[in-house]
Amino acid sequence: MPSFECHQLTKNFADRKGNETTMTSRFWKFTFALATAGSLAACGDSGSGSGNNASGSSGGDDITIVRHDTDPYPSTYTPMPSGVTFINGANIFDGAGNLIEDGDILVENGRVSAIGQNLDAPEGAVIIEATGRYVTPGLIDIHSHLGVYPSPGVGAHSDGNEATQPVTAEVWAEHSVWPHDPGFEAALAGGVTTMQILPGSANLFGGRGVTLRNVSGRTVQEMKFPGAPYTLKMACGENPSRVYGGRGQSPATDMGNMAGYRAAWQRASDYRDDWDQYWADAEAGEDVSAPTRDLELDTLMGVLNGEILVQMHCYRGDQMAQIMDMSQEFGYQVTAFHHGVEAYKIPDLLAENGACAAVWADWGGFKMEAYDSIRENLALTHAGGACAMIHSDSDSGIQRLNQEVAKALSDGIRAGLDISQAEAWSWVSSSPAQALGIADETGSLEVGKRADIVLWSANPYSVYARADQVWIDGALSYDRNDESMQPVRDFMLGQPGEGDQ
Amino acid sequence: MERLISKLALVSALGLGISITSPALAQTHAVTNGRVVTNTSAGIIENGTVLIRDGNIVAVGSNVTIPAEATVLDADGGWITPGVFAPYAQLGLIEVALEQSTSDAGANDSDYSVALDVSDSFNPAGTHIPSSRIEGITRAAIYPSTGWNLFAGQGGLANTSGDSDSFFESGSFVYADLSQSGASRSGGSRSAAWAYLEAAFNDARSYPGRFSSDHQGDALNRYDAAALVPVVRGQIPLIMNLDRAADIRRALQFRRDNAPMQMIIQGGAEAWMVADEIAAANVPVLIDPIRNLPSSFDAIASTLSSPQRLHEAGVTVAYTTESADGYFNARLLPQHAGNAVAHGVPWDDAFRAITLTPAEIYGVGDRYGALATGYAGDVVVWDGDPLEVMSGALAVFIDGTPQDMESRQTRLMDRYRNITDETPIAYRR
Repeated sequence: MPSFECHQLTKNFADRKGNETTMTSRFWKFTFALATAGSLAACGDSGSGSGNNASGSSGGDDITIVRHDTDPYPSTYTPMPSGVTFINGANIFDGAGNLIEDGDILVENGRVSAIGQNLDAPEGAVIIEATGRYVTPGLIDIHSHLGVYPSPGVGAHSDGNEATQPVTAEVWAEHSVWPHDPGFEAALAGGVTTMQILPGSANLFGGRGVTLRNVSGRTVQEMKFPGAPYTLKMACGENPSRVYGGRGQSPATDMGNMAGYRAAWQRASDYRDDWDQYWADAEAGEDVSAPTRDLELDTLMGVLNGEILVQMHCYRGDQMAQIMDMSQEFGYQVTAFHHGVEAYKIPDLLAENGACAAVWADWGGFKMEAYDSIRENLALTHAGGACAMIHSDSDSGIQRLNQEVAKALSDGIRAGLDISQAEAWSWVSSSPAQALGIADETGSLEVGKRADIVLWSANPYSVYARADQVWIDGALSYDRNDESMQPVRDFMLGQPGEGDQ
Repeated sequence: MERLISKLALVSALGLGISITSPALAQTHAVTNGRVVTNTSAGIIENGTVLIRDGNIVAVGSNVTIPAEATVLDADGGWITPGVFAPYAQLGLIEVALEQSTSDAGANDSDYSVALDVSDSFNPAGTHIPSSRIEGITRAAIYPSTGWNLFAGQGGLANTSGDSDSFFESGSFVYADLSQSGASRSGGSRSAAWAYLEAAFNDARSYPGRFSSDHQGDALNRYDAAALVPVVRGQIPLIMNLDRAADIRRALQFRRDNAPMQMIIQGGAEAWMVADEIAAANVPVLIDPIRNLPSSFDAIASTLSSPQRLHEAGVTVAYTTESADGYFNARLLPQHAGNAVAHGVPWDDAFRAITLTPAEIYGVGDRYGALATGYAGDVVVWDGDPLEVMSGALAVFIDGTPQDMESRQTRLMDRYRNITDETPIAYRR
């Protein structure tokens, strides 16, 4: 089961289900805000329902131990109101590898409460007659720049790359996200309910990514996926060396890239040791001073502690192999390689290392490291035992991820691989959910999970299929036949074409 | 040989049933037993046959007599269609986009603009040509990228055979950017762009007289002015990159003021807002059906409904892969057309918009884009509806010649498909 590796690498997060405060304690040590006794109350008041700020003191009465806020920009997401919904008689790709023909789904309290054949609709439920249509989990795009490179693509909107120095692990994509990007509603019309928004790939360490619900909000905090772990964007290859080499700076080469990562990991390792030593001493009652806080190293330390997930832009197989060696050198896990145009050359290495590959169906050729793109990449990587999935990296492609999966699957089938449509749907649902550390919450239609659901007009492996309705946390969020259920972001108000999709 | 065997085994395992019988060297090919999309008044012919002799189609129908010497390709119930004609591509110009040394699409530092002719840049051995061909793209209009001024140069027409003579018509059109980016190249405003275009047209109109003693005209030098003459005289069209509705109206006015010039709109994000005027002017539009975001302040009203609105208004529309690219993923054109169908365009119109309509726009609609007697033998056999994302091309003919269905990409796939093979990687061929 290719998803096994994904699951393994995210197992540290697997027990968070329904218990977000547990995660908070896990995150306690690595995300920081200066917490004195005085700031403690303020932190507590900022409660988000998820990841409440962990800070406090312990030890002797006279000692205040410095700890930092785990979640200074907490999610304020509140699902739209939902009732009891019963989807009747659909063909269901459940995202966990199964096709349920003539299946029913019951949604209560925003969660899937029953799924299977011949279910009974409770009295008062809104019944959706879906006979002949298809149902899938909401799509998840693990690689999007919506909001950080929003439409229109004017200069002021170029907010995705802090390309001023090669190591910028201290920047957070969420601080660039413009929640009024019209691309969000276009993605919703394509059935996307969850997205990871990443910084760009100019830098070795581009900064933190953020996982968003595809909902309307005045602030990005209203879109943040509650409890989702932070991620770190890193980048291999041509982009960092082109950007900085072009300025006569390091890195100018692939070897310069590696040296740049390693120097940063070494600093992060020392930083972690300093803090661990400090906490151990302070908790033992010793009068010690806290290390100086470094926002860049905070993020890298989170990776070393296994709690921030590395999402690394990398094209070539040989480069991914070197990155995986480096991850062992410094004791961290690469959760997913993104783009991975040559993942098909190293599925065995990816599987051994528990690293996923998030890829396109058929992009390539735009630079030398993308020259060996083949259409069977996703299917061959999957068949080779690695965890593989689709991604868009595109405000256009994100609108048709079902078609991207269909192309990748058909190419695999044509190459003689035995992969079913039900299995391949994991490429846009459960696999990205696992690689984002949210698989216990979404990514498949199973009892207890968030009711993120797409009802398709036809089999979503067809180019002619359209998302008829999309539910997020059980709330109808998009209806292609009801204009009142088609969100329009601020930017498009009063513009020609307002409301057109 | 090993590769060939595995391919044949695969074909039979998938039940595709494609098999070639009869002598391989014959010049007559019969493609039989398929759903034939003719793009003519004959419509779609079930269980049809297409007969090709010496490069041309000689018969199409359900009761075609197959001569004894014909090589027969049984489509086994698949679809038989004209080859896809990409109306806006850069095949053979770019190998690796970010490597300037491999890109001949545009010339920022040239002294010339309209005089630049992409047929001089076209490389029939480019590896993206076979990877497009094996997905059913048989012909393409190849356009140059804009350089230092709003004129990119002259485009032409190529087939995807990779043969030395595959660039079969040069100087078919001139390409110019009259959108915001063209304005930027002209000095910074739309006013500057239109003033420059007006001056350039006057230079061409007064060619060669005014250049007898002076190499430089008001806007163009002698060679660029000469290259623009066929446009000014209406002999070849000017493709104008235009998105904003107001710019399209301005262009239609320019065309009226400069009769007999002919124009084609490329881009057309807001063309639907001006659809009636475009239809009345009989100006074709090249548009990417999946372009729908307000990607710039030129394209605020972009919508997935554009193709349907344009078709309904009676505009001549052909589809592009502008939002992807023109050199690597022109092969995605059928998917883009499929999305037009998903958003309201009748299937026949959408398929025509990637086959016969582009051929007509470029003045070769009597040779390419349809399956009928007298047309070139550009035929594709598909394992299903060609606009469907899960369909693939099984066989491709160009000018009546069966095409190799390998590409550098398929070679890489063959090399790596069995990752447990213990043969060192570079020895697997």
